[in-house]
Amino acid sequence: MSIIAARKESTTTPQAGESAGVPAGTTAARPAPADKKATRGQVDITNVRKSFGATEVLKGVSLSVPPGGVAVIVGPSGSGKSTLLRTINHLEKVDGGYITIDGELVGYEVRGNKLHELREKDILKQRTHIGMVFQSFNLFPHLTALENVIEAPIVAQKRSKAEARKRGLELLDRVGLKDRADAYPRQLSGGQQQRVAIARALALDPKILLFDEPTSALDPELVNEVLDVIRELAKSGTTLIVVTHEMGFARDVADTVVFMDQGQIVESGTPQEIFANPREERTRSFFSKVIEPAFNI
Amino acid sequence: MSAIAPPATAETSPPTPDYSEYKLVPARHPWRWVGTVLVAAGVAAIAWSLVTNPRWEWGVVAEWFTAQSVVNGLIETLKLTAISGVLGFVLGFILALMRLSASPLLVSVSWTFSWIFRSTPLLVQLLLWYNLGYLYEKISLGIPFTDVRFFEAQTTTLISQFAAAVLGLTLNQAAYSAEIIRGGILSVDQGQLEAASALGIPAWKRSTRIVLPQAMRAILPNAFNEIIGLVKGTSIVYVLAYSELFYTVQVIYNRTQQVLPLLLVATLWYVVITSVLSVFQYYIERHFSKGALRTLPLTPLQKARKFFTTHVAATPTKDAR
Ligand SMILES: Nc1ncnc2c1ncn2[C@@H]1O[C@H](COP(=O)(O)OP(=O)(O)O)[C@@H](O)[C@H]1O
Ligand SMILES: [Mg+2]
Repeated sequence: MSIIAARKESTTTPQAGESAGVPAGTTAARPAPADKKATRGQVDITNVRKSFGATEVLKGVSLSVPPGGVAVIVGPSGSGKSTLLRTINHLEKVDGGYITIDGELVGYEVRGNKLHELREKDILKQRTHIGMVFQSFNLFPHLTALENVIEAPIVAQKRSKAEARKRGLELLDRVGLKDRADAYPRQLSGGQQQRVAIARALALDPKILLFDEPTSALDPELVNEVLDVIRELAKSGTTLIVVTHEMGFARDVADTVVFMDQGQIVESGTPQEIFANPREERTRSFFSKVIEPAFNI
Repeated sequence: MSAIAPPATAETSPPTPDYSEYKLVPARHPWRWVGTVLVAAGVAAIAWSLVTNPRWEWGVVAEWFTAQSVVNGLIETLKLTAISGVLGFVLGFILALMRLSASPLLVSVSWTFSWIFRSTPLLVQLLLWYNLGYLYEKISLGIPFTDVRFFEAQTTTLISQFAAAVLGLTLNQAAYSAEIIRGGILSVDQGQLEAASALGIPAWKRSTRIVLPQAMRAILPNAFNEIIGLVKGTSIVYVLAYSELFYTVQVIYNRTQQVLPLLLVATLWYVVITSVLSVFQYYIERHFSKGALRTLPLTPLQKARKFFTTHVAATPTKDAR
């Protein structure tokens, strides 16, 4: 696998990006380590609120992720993690607050002193900059792995079929599945399907990748093949926002770990801060339930 | 005898004999053979009676089967089926999308359409369309509530027997196919639409490239049911004295009094059309099951070829399956 290859030219040192988890990486987790020379993919979430009926699911959430940064969101089920991710690409409309990507409002435009929702066409265009990977893969079952990857470039970005195929095969190669390009999703294992889904999200060359529990539907022995791909992506300079229950992974790759509970960000910081010295009682009690005793920082 | 058994018993249990030299004999199914013989005897008896009973008048059937008037009627039947089938499903698709849309107005219009056309007998609909001239003398196209008219005509000249037949069959078909298509669309997982939206794929392409191809698997069996029903359903337009297949044979047997043989002529043609459609159905369904099954089953042709190569041409080998 060679995910690094494509954008590695921009990095300076060979051990680039490794800094996040190792003690030597005392460089601030925020902004992202200086060796990730990403210039795009700044995400700013400002005081976002969202209710479903009477229940408020997001109660004023604010979060900034710098270009090339890796934010890992953890928290109990039902705390609003998925909803927050889905507001970032406007799959879910916010009821209050706003989100910008590289300074551009997501889903809205300013007219006078009001934020008007964009037309479908413009929202779709914004979404092509934001890749999303789902817990349940959501591959298109009637298309082969390669066809899944090239569908959006051809249909949404109007790229030529030949160009899209070439790039699609490159991406499948990156996730280690070049030889399964003609397989249908049902002929692939869960881990392979999720890797195709990652290649599909990468095909639009997004500034930001959103992962919603990408390994939760996988058998334990398949988790690592997917996490390895995401690890490589973390070094590539694309901004990643990952919801996961894999605490070891969070410790290794995150610049910032965000703990959410009941629609709020309880605290956030470097993996060391959050895992070793959580300030809040709620964080501590959550980790005591999910982290196996052997887990050590 | 499971792995849980303590080692002590394992030691005392008799050693397993060596079966490696034994030949494997598949189970026999005597009742399957009995059933096969009974059914074969029944089929033979029916075939025999069909051939030997002179009252079937096979000579008359053969004489009329390809007669010019019958073939003309057949063509009319195929024309009606094709036109109202295609128009019916196109309109049905639009109605299904309306029904699934977020607009309450579109939803209720679509619902009302299906409600009306499914709850009135087709016979009544056809007669109403044909007699529309009695209700509305003229049909005009213009701006409502003004005197501006782009087009105006006598209703009776516009609505011929053919037009009434197509209108009646199409609208009726649309009401049923709308429900079939809607059911197919609903059978596709919501996550598919979500993934497509997240990839920036426009709404129309989401429907046609992602949802419909998957919905087809649920739509096709019912759609072919409808089309096959429509082939025979067209015979109802005899009430308009429209000379499709069924009306044609009626006219003939009223003249020649050879009622049964001529009904048989029409029946045999319906059987032929249905058989051809069934073959189409098989291959179209196969096409849309791409990716739904891990491996596609062999087509009958492929099976026959395989049977020939393994059992007839070559000497059978043990693992030839
Ligand atoms: N479309 C929806 N309609 C109603 N309630 C929803 C919807 N989506 C999520 N919720 C509710 O919002 C809360 C947060 O959900 P979610 O963001 O999926 O949490 P998490 O991903 O942290 O488990 C849950 O209580 C869930 O039931
Ligand atoms: Mg979730």
